[in-house]
Amino acid sequence: MSTSFTASMARNIFYGGSVFCVLLFLALTFDTTRTLPGRDNSANLTPAVVRGKHLWEVNNCIGCHTLLGEGAYFAPELGNVYLRRGPEFIKIWMKAQPTGSPGRRQMPQFNLSDDELNDMVEFFKYVSEIDTNNWPPNIEG
Amino acid sequence: MQFRSQAVAKPYFIAALALFTGQILFGLIMGLQYVVGDFLFPLIPFNVARMVHTNLLIVWLLFGFMGASYYLVPEEAETELWSPKLAIVTFWVFLAAGALTVLGYLLVPYAALAKLTGNDLLNTMGREFLEQPLPTKVGIVIVALAFLFNIGMTLLKGRKTAISLVLVLGLLGLAVLFLFSFYNPANVVKDKFYWWWVVHLWVEGVWELILGAILAFVLIKVTGVDREVIEKWLYVIITLTLITGILGTGHHYYWIGTPEYWLWIGSVFSALEPIPFFAMTVFAFNMVNRRRREHPNKAATLWALGTGVLSFLGAGLWGFMHTLSPVNYYTHGTQITAAHGHLSFYGAYVAVVLTMISYAMPVMRGRQANSNTAQVVEIWSFWLMSVSMFLMVLFLTGAGILQVWLQRVSETPLSFMGVQDQISLFYWMREGAGLVFLVGLIAYLSSFFIKGETRAA
Repeated sequence: MSTSFTASMARNIFYGGSVFCVLLFLALTFDTTRTLPGRDNSANLTPAVVRGKHLWEVNNCIGCHTLLGEGAYFAPELGNVYLRRGPEFIKIWMKAQPTGSPGRRQMPQFNLSDDELNDMVEFFKYVSEIDTNNWPPNIEG
Repeated sequence: MQFRSQAVAKPYFIAALALFTGQILFGLIMGLQYVVGDFLFPLIPFNVARMVHTNLLIVWLLFGFMGASYYLVPEEAETELWSPKLAIVTFWVFLAAGALTVLGYLLVPYAALAKLTGNDLLNTMGREFLEQPLPTKVGIVIVALAFLFNIGMTLLKGRKTAISLVLVLGLLGLAVLFLFSFYNPANVVKDKFYWWWVVHLWVEGVWELILGAILAFVLIKVTGVDREVIEKWLYVIITLTLITGILGTGHHYYWIGTPEYWLWIGSVFSALEPIPFFAMTVFAFNMVNRRRREHPNKAATLWALGTGVLSFLGAGLWGFMHTLSPVNYYTHGTQITAAHGHLSFYGAYVAVVLTMISYAMPVMRGRQANSNTAQVVEIWSFWLMSVSMFLMVLFLTGAGILQVWLQRVSETPLSFMGVQDQISLFYWMREGAGLVFLVGLIAYLSSFFIKGETRAA
């Protein structure tokens, strides 16, 4: 780089450019927050859904599964599992774990009560109704 | 070593390498579980192994950053560290917190751990990378504050160089952004939106400032190029980083319920994110080519060059590969993401911490550089680890392309597990590359114990 471009000029561009980008990002965050209610299905955030999300977290489901594509890639996407499998299958599936079939990936048994299983299903239903710009591409997730 | 207190960096580096080894072992367990699904089940289920693998990575990199700062800031500020004692106390607190957390993951079911550690008070657990129990999170904040105070006080009483200012700015950002890990709204979209303020703004934002500062410091030392030149480069690189990286957060806001304009903002800005990494590579090679001295530590120079190239490949190229929203629509949440994650973390952050360790450890052990034999082994370990990581990433990329095709593009899409069976060959090859990485790591660690003729520092 030429000598007419000094370190202190570079520093000023750094501070100016960064502050500008931070402010722009905050403005977009503000706008996103404002428009979210039309997309994030928060109208259906019932107490059951909130309990379901809590169960999702304290059992570390994200350690194997993805939710809207984020998480671990060891087990199926669950953002649309409600649509793919339906409520009853989800409950029966979770009760039947682990399958114990040799060499296959195993899901632990989390010993959820019937009420808790209903909460999980409500949570999956709520997530499946979020407007995700049509992601995933198909039902397989 | 110019200042005695710089020596507090040593335990930090040793702890970092020990935890690094743990991380790799758990990585190998997970790699095997991908193909032998019931391996170690129910003793160590996959989710537990993954938590240990990723959390160890974060913690050892933080140990590395802190050690690097304790070494770098006194030398740049030309003064002793404000309190070496505080640095040692926070070292033990952080190590104990880290060890207890990992033991908690391994010995207690996660739900019980949550109950035990007061997650009902303020639920923050169970989100990827932020799985730590509340007391650990609070501990991280306390350690970070004590660390920043110590570094800040040192800086205040000494010379303020661009390198140390950029480093501290990065560390400050790291600490402030971590506070968003305490915010966990019931609304999944908002939860995810702010989760990225920790995860993305760390690794594609403020951590790059830390990376740039450490790299600039080592390059000044090993090349003897003028500080003015190096600092100018540093500012240009971090300007490019933040201008592309902050709005580049948008590439995580495509499919999580956030508005459609993020498809454009995320694509445009994150497509530019390779530029700062490219600049970093050019920077490293340029400085080494224009060197004014022949530093005897060849291994450190290699690591510095490696950081440039590997971070460009992993973060730059592999990031660009799936960052445009029409591409990401198909690749989101597949093995492509895993491939990118591995090469970017290794190429950028692992490599820069090992660069610093490679440069500073010999000095702290009373010599300018390790013996020739030790350096040859270290250089071998660089190639073993870097090439095997690159192969691993190629195999995961192959797996990812097939996964996308079979599960998402094909007219007759297969189920997730159906696809996993189809691509298991790639997972086997990945595990093989992982084993070579372990060999490289063992060679690396053994290089610390090889004696031979050395020159005093």
